[in-house]
Amino acid sequence: MITLFRKPKPGAAPRRLTLHILRCNPADPASKPYLQAFELEEAEGMTLFIALNEIRATQDPSLQFDFVCRAGICGSCAMLVDGRPALACRTLTRDYGSDITLAPLPFFELIGDLSVNTGKWMRGTAERLQTWIAQSEAVDLDALEARMEPALAEAIYELDRCIECGCCIAGCGTAQMNENFVGAVGLNKIARFRLDPRDTRSDADFYELIGDDDGVFGCMSLLGCHDICPKELPLQTQIAFLRRKMAVEGLR
Amino acid sequence: MRQIAKTALAPALPENAPAPTRHAHPDMARSSLTDARPGNSRWPARLDLLQSLSGLVLALFLVAHMFFVATILISHELFYNVARFFEAGWLFGEPQPVLVSMVASGVTGLLVAHAWLAMRKFPGGFRQYRAFSAHRSRLRHGDTSLWWLQVVTGFALFFLTTIHLYDMVSQPQLIGPYESADRVWTGGMWPIYLALLFAAEVHGGIGLYRLAVKWGWFVGDDANAGRRRLRHIRHAFSAFFITLGLVTLLAYIDLGRAHAELAGERYVPPGHVAVDHGKH
Repeated sequence: MITLFRKPKPGAAPRRLTLHILRCNPADPASKPYLQAFELEEAEGMTLFIALNEIRATQDPSLQFDFVCRAGICGSCAMLVDGRPALACRTLTRDYGSDITLAPLPFFELIGDLSVNTGKWMRGTAERLQTWIAQSEAVDLDALEARMEPALAEAIYELDRCIECGCCIAGCGTAQMNENFVGAVGLNKIARFRLDPRDTRSDADFYELIGDDDGVFGCMSLLGCHDICPKELPLQTQIAFLRRKMAVEGLR
Repeated sequence: MRQIAKTALAPALPENAPAPTRHAHPDMARSSLTDARPGNSRWPARLDLLQSLSGLVLALFLVAHMFFVATILISHELFYNVARFFEAGWLFGEPQPVLVSMVASGVTGLLVAHAWLAMRKFPGGFRQYRAFSAHRSRLRHGDTSLWWLQVVTGFALFFLTTIHLYDMVSQPQLIGPYESADRVWTGGMWPIYLALLFAAEVHGGIGLYRLAVKWGWFVGDDANAGRRRLRHIRHAFSAFFITLGLVTLLAYIDLGRAHAELAGERYVPPGHVAVDHGKH
């Protein structure tokens, strides 16, 4: 998409956009998926989030889609835009042609239309991978917290920026074939807690969580996750790093 | 009929009752239980390492092999000398073509191992196949499509390489300017070699690239810039070796056509006395 060529000339009439939206209501057994076209006028700086709200307000109040923050922080509005996972609130319509196809993220449980239950899967994965600070000793709540080097805190924060939007899973070839695969979101979280000095787990403990074909060794390095991640997390580097660490663990 | 009656009369199982299972022989069941260790097996890690390692060795072999074969472009005599060098006449006094057989057998073993390890990642069954193809065409993502190309070329290589390797294992002594050219042209092998060239160089190039990004080698501090650089190297690798391979194959075809009348005659380098090896 070359944005430069898509910029409207000043004074030119606004474009008419057609959004082809995949509609389906799994709660109704008779519902069959179909594409419904909605037309609207493009506005200056319009995002898909704005376009969808306009459609829901003026054309079809039954259209289902999720959003909370409209600023790329909550991770609710991920969907397939012309086949590729993206956040609706960060997708400018001017970067696309006048026909845009929207579909729900694959892999996750469909709630209806563009709304999927990423939260259920994320919660299950968090429990399965124990993505919390695991400490072998009881914490003294009255003591001062141990200090951390700013560089380390930065590195942890960098990985903590994940918003669990599910784009990496929807962009992952392995996850399409193996629904038990933990995906980049799961591996990134393990990388994050592995860095944390408060977490007392060793690599042998992490091997128990991701040392199999549903974990890091299932990854085929197609890097859809890395290229699609709306937060531009360093997923390629982190997965390669975990692979090396877990491979060393496998040789023990 | 009796079977149906029996099923109909069987008492209904209470809900959530475990399904009746067939039991293996008690000894077998016991030994498989005691073999089990708690926790994740170390084998997924080892198999992943072995897949990468076998691929790396095969790719390096491919590179070296291409340079050896391409010596025909410099002179017939040089290729003759390279072929004789690997028969280690300089070590044993007499050329030992059996050494070539052994190396070819080793490569075959490595290839089978690599194919078996890589096959674990292939789509298994229609559901996975359909899920991946739909994903690939939806996503239009370079590295995802490249992996598919690797699956396709890898699958082709199962068949193409074994044909060539069987020749090398069974007739190791027939490697030389005339001998190889006769195999290419009079023996009608050139279509196989042509397909093999494209499949192997494309598969090897993508494979080496993926090895680097998979393990994080040669990527540098900026992963995106590193990957762009690796992508350029991959293109250059495939283009260089396919070009070199095509020119080399053409040289053998050319020589094979010129030598077709005398097909079967062994090459004797200038200054050597022809020795009758008998008809091969």
